[in-house]
Amino acid sequence: MPLTVDIIKRLQGFTLNVSLTAEAGVTALLGASGSGKSMTLRCIAGVEKPDEGRIVLDGRVLYDSGEKIDLPPQERRVGYLFQRYALFPNMTVLQNIDAGLSRELDARIRQAKRESLISRFRLDGLEQRYPRELSGGQMQRVALCRMLAGEPEAILLDEPFAALDSHLRWQLEGEVKQTLNEFSGVALLVSHDRGEVYRMSQRVCVLNDGASEPVLGTTELFDHPRTLQAALITGCKNCVPAEILSQGKIHVPDWNARLACSQAADGAITHTGIRAHYILPCAAEVENALYCRVVEAADDVFSRVLTLLPAGGTGTIRVELSRAAGERFIPGSEGWFCLPKEHIMLLRETHER
Amino acid sequence: MQEIWDILKTLDYSPLWISLKTGLVATVLCFFLGIWAARRVMRMGKRAKAFADGLLTLPMVLPPTVAGFFLLLIFSLRRPIGSFLYQELSIKVVQTWLGCILAASVIAFPLMYRNARAAFEQVDIELIYAGRTLGMSERAIFWRVVLPSAGPGVVSGTILTFARALGEYGATSMLAGNIAGKTGTISQRIAMVIQNGDYLTAGLWVIIILLISFGIVVLMNFFADSKMKNIKKW
Repeated sequence: MPLTVDIIKRLQGFTLNVSLTAEAGVTALLGASGSGKSMTLRCIAGVEKPDEGRIVLDGRVLYDSGEKIDLPPQERRVGYLFQRYALFPNMTVLQNIDAGLSRELDARIRQAKRESLISRFRLDGLEQRYPRELSGGQMQRVALCRMLAGEPEAILLDEPFAALDSHLRWQLEGEVKQTLNEFSGVALLVSHDRGEVYRMSQRVCVLNDGASEPVLGTTELFDHPRTLQAALITGCKNCVPAEILSQGKIHVPDWNARLACSQAADGAITHTGIRAHYILPCAAEVENALYCRVVEAADDVFSRVLTLLPAGGTGTIRVELSRAAGERFIPGSEGWFCLPKEHIMLLRETHER
Repeated sequence: MQEIWDILKTLDYSPLWISLKTGLVATVLCFFLGIWAARRVMRMGKRAKAFADGLLTLPMVLPPTVAGFFLLLIFSLRRPIGSFLYQELSIKVVQTWLGCILAASVIAFPLMYRNARAAFEQVDIELIYAGRTLGMSERAIFWRVVLPSAGPGVVSGTILTFARALGEYGATSMLAGNIAGKTGTISQRIAMVIQNGDYLTAGLWVIIILLISFGIVVLMNFFADSKMKNIKKW
């Protein structure tokens, strides 16, 4: 049961232009803040209206500007998990769940559903509490429970962990992941956190200044981003302009380097990138070894981050080593560093749609 | 002291009841109309909103006698609408209790409307979105989500409306007049006995209206405080 979205919405400062198809399972919308991720979800849920386009869920047209179809959110059967959960503060847990059962009119079925939901989300004993009396984890469970009570055909999760600290985050991520695994329809997860996206989704659509890139498998995107924007959003720290010399050979002016690469290049390549943790100290004769001076060295929580300036180059390279391996590098020291050719990514600056 | 007691015993209390009744009915009217108007204005475009808001707020900033003037223009028996209402429907506004209610409602309405609108605009839009995606009807969302969230603002608006309607003088005196036992409110009675030089009776009425009004405001503060427990002081 796929969800097809093809919409344009003009907003102040930028235009949202999203085109994606999400199959059952978790598809992530990854983008920097302000790239239009939440607005996309709102258009799908029907609480915001696109300027033009079409949204189809499992053959059901939710929105079509041409045919003047615009189902109200009440009839779309699309669940929405809000960033701060948006539990109704004046209602108890039970009443909040009941709000999710608004479409169910038969009182007996309602009662049965209510009971099974409460035990499924481990909310027994909390029924009469108000949202303000719940912990963060309990609030999330109520929100998930309320969203799924109406048996939506697709669910949308808007940065569900953005407001949490890292300790609680892991715990809640596990719960949401389990819920998502049990859900048979389309789930869209909005996030700006690449780790979250990598752990939770099977497919990713990168959103960049309101424009969507083609949907890719999550591991494929992280291993082989195709555009500069995708490389940056997936956390690549070293992205510089590059030109193709011949198949398997590129020139990087910023680093004053000619590098071998294993990825096949097409003509449109404008940049190259390599992730900071793939770069290692090495001997002089190794392939793709650059002689660099350490400009800066700083300790991160579990790693040592070096900023290198290649000999004759103008742009720096960021390297992340383990604490032990990085110890001997201090600002001013020099040495050979290897950029393994299998990790050199070839990127395009802009994407065609 | 004995003198005061004697006056209190023989005092004509009709102004108290007329004022309370007027205040109550006007408040109920303003409550629904104010909420309705607030919703309507919130949905308007920018320009229409500024215009409608200005119009609805006017009775609050104009002298009440100006409102009284317009009300007379409409409802006077010598005017088309007033004479039509009287002749066709036997509804008489001028010099009647209905006039009291109308005058008090018009003057107090902006307080309800403005407070309700301010309270509604504070409601987290995500709560409304949540209600919609959960399949709640717009009506259910309004009564079960928006109104409770906007509760403190709506309640304080209602109380202020009541207090204002209770003490209305200018427009009431023009439209309804001061007929003892019929349209004679407390504020009109005070003005009347002062003109007769009866400062003692006037003072007693002043004390009565002071106690009621002060009590209302204190009540409102208690209510607002208990509702805002989790908001930090600054």
